[in-house]
Amino acid sequence: MLGMIARRFALGLVTVWLVSVIIFLGVEALPGDACTAILERDAHGEALAACREAMGLDTPALARYAEWAAGVVQGEFGMSAGGQESIAQMVGYRVRNSLLLAAGALAVGIPLAITLGVVAGLARDRWPDLLFSTGAILAMTIPEFVAATVLILVFAIWLGWVPAIVLTPADAPPLEFFPEFILASTVLTMLMIAHVMRMIRASVIEAMASEYVQMATLKGVPYWRIVFRHALPNALLPAINVIALTVAWLLGGVVVVEVVFNYPGLGRLLVDAISERDLPVVQAVTMIVAATYVGVNLVADILSLALNPRLRSHRARQA
Amino acid sequence: MSGAAISVRARAGGVLRDMLARPSGAIGLFLVTFHLALAILSPWVVPYDYKAMDATGTLAGPSAAHWLGTDHLGRDVLTRVMLGGREALLITGIATPVALVWGGLAGVWLGLRGGWPDEVAMRLVDAFLALPGILPLLVLITVFGTGGEVLLPTLAFFFGIPVIRVARAAAHEVVARDFISAARARGHRPLDIVRREILPNVTDTLLVEGAMRWSWMLLGFSALSFLGFGVSPPRPDWGLMVSDARVYMSLAPLGVIAPVVALSTLIIGINLTADALAKTLGLDRARKAVI
Repeated sequence: MLGMIARRFALGLVTVWLVSVIIFLGVEALPGDACTAILERDAHGEALAACREAMGLDTPALARYAEWAAGVVQGEFGMSAGGQESIAQMVGYRVRNSLLLAAGALAVGIPLAITLGVVAGLARDRWPDLLFSTGAILAMTIPEFVAATVLILVFAIWLGWVPAIVLTPADAPPLEFFPEFILASTVLTMLMIAHVMRMIRASVIEAMASEYVQMATLKGVPYWRIVFRHALPNALLPAINVIALTVAWLLGGVVVVEVVFNYPGLGRLLVDAISERDLPVVQAVTMIVAATYVGVNLVADILSLALNPRLRSHRARQA
Repeated sequence: MSGAAISVRARAGGVLRDMLARPSGAIGLFLVTFHLALAILSPWVVPYDYKAMDATGTLAGPSAAHWLGTDHLGRDVLTRVMLGGREALLITGIATPVALVWGGLAGVWLGLRGGWPDEVAMRLVDAFLALPGILPLLVLITVFGTGGEVLLPTLAFFFGIPVIRVARAAAHEVVARDFISAARARGHRPLDIVRREILPNVTDTLLVEGAMRWSWMLLGFSALSFLGFGVSPPRPDWGLMVSDARVYMSLAPLGVIAPVVALSTLIIGINLTADALAKTLGLDRARKAVI
């Protein structure tokens, strides 16, 4: 088992490294560089050369990659292109704010999604299933910005229950976000529940149709005992990986939602940076998201290895 | 050859009839056809010029002259909603088949080839997929700028990457079957085996995958437009319209609701169609859903 974990870990590291290479090469492919962006029309002759020397852009690409990557490993992302602000400082609070938003969505969403998925799976093709499944398809097909805008229209403008946008500054203590981030978190919860619920429903249906459940039924085991002791533990194991994928998806989905609600998180920072073509910030945010994605999936893999002995068997290792 | 062409057409007809028999397929196909017809015909049927501004009547409610009211520049909302899906449909309509073909061929080839190219390609695929949601699109847009000529190849490239995985898995499933061994034993060339034995067996999977990719690509495209990185004003686009009208939502809610309904019905239509297609072809979509 340790060997398998080590292998997953190594693969994760390779993935993160490849992402860093892709991102670096992507920026390298740009016509112009940070200096032409900063100097704009004055970008020629001595001024340009001096700026490039100051920012180290006159060294070969490989050396710059090595230096950048070494910095990233230590949590140092360098300076933003526009001002002389340290990216690590810019990013710090925003990572926390985005995590706060995602945590809010997860804390409500995961238990709710599991409950709905199990109910829908047990009531297959009867009304609770049809209701929840149709709702899930609707939630999955509606774009984040549409869901967010509609929620604002209904709850902030027509009903006036909650504020429409977040005005709290990025470095405020977490509690100050409270009434304002409810809507943003709700949008993420809705979208997330749909994915997780559908997966759990499918896996509950599969477990209930299995031979061991049939066997238990024939032996006369009471229905609820079959559900809780036999079917659910098996059905919910694959959910770990789905939840991990959902968490990773939240990181991407959070971009649009943060923009809609003016929420000072990582996603809005990214969109602002793109509008200003602030490449170092874009690089930094992308690396953080990719590393989190890989990390979350790694944890999920290890958890399911630990909880599901079947994955550790000789045959599974061969596959 | 002509016999094969006829049987393909006969099968397509059968699949279509089967899909129409399901409520989800009938509704889905109706919505998709409606939107496609609207996109093609709208320039000839819209009541106004989409750029025409009426300074006296900005943010007006519905009236006989403007059925869905006007936006903040006094432009007719109905006109803009009717035209608002054209660019998205055109770009994703080209990018989806391109993504499907390149991802599908690459996946099938990798699935057959195996070995180190497969290993290297899969690591690269993992790396690209480690950037969730519209993040990779945003990064490429930072690098290459916005506009249709950038968006089309970008979308085609990124949405092809997950297809590689699906096609590779589908090819793996087929390649171990007896009829492939038989074809090999008969001495068919690898290319012939791919064309005649493997591709016909993975096209169903790829078709369903393609329908789902299309709806995700539309979601991505309108999200980019909404963020201001897609269609540039004053051209009408649903994502952009929602983003513009959002500010005046309390005064003129129809400006938001109309494009929202248009976009949602299209995407729901595509998803219902994909669902019906999967069920008709005997592929259970729920089991394979990847986020």
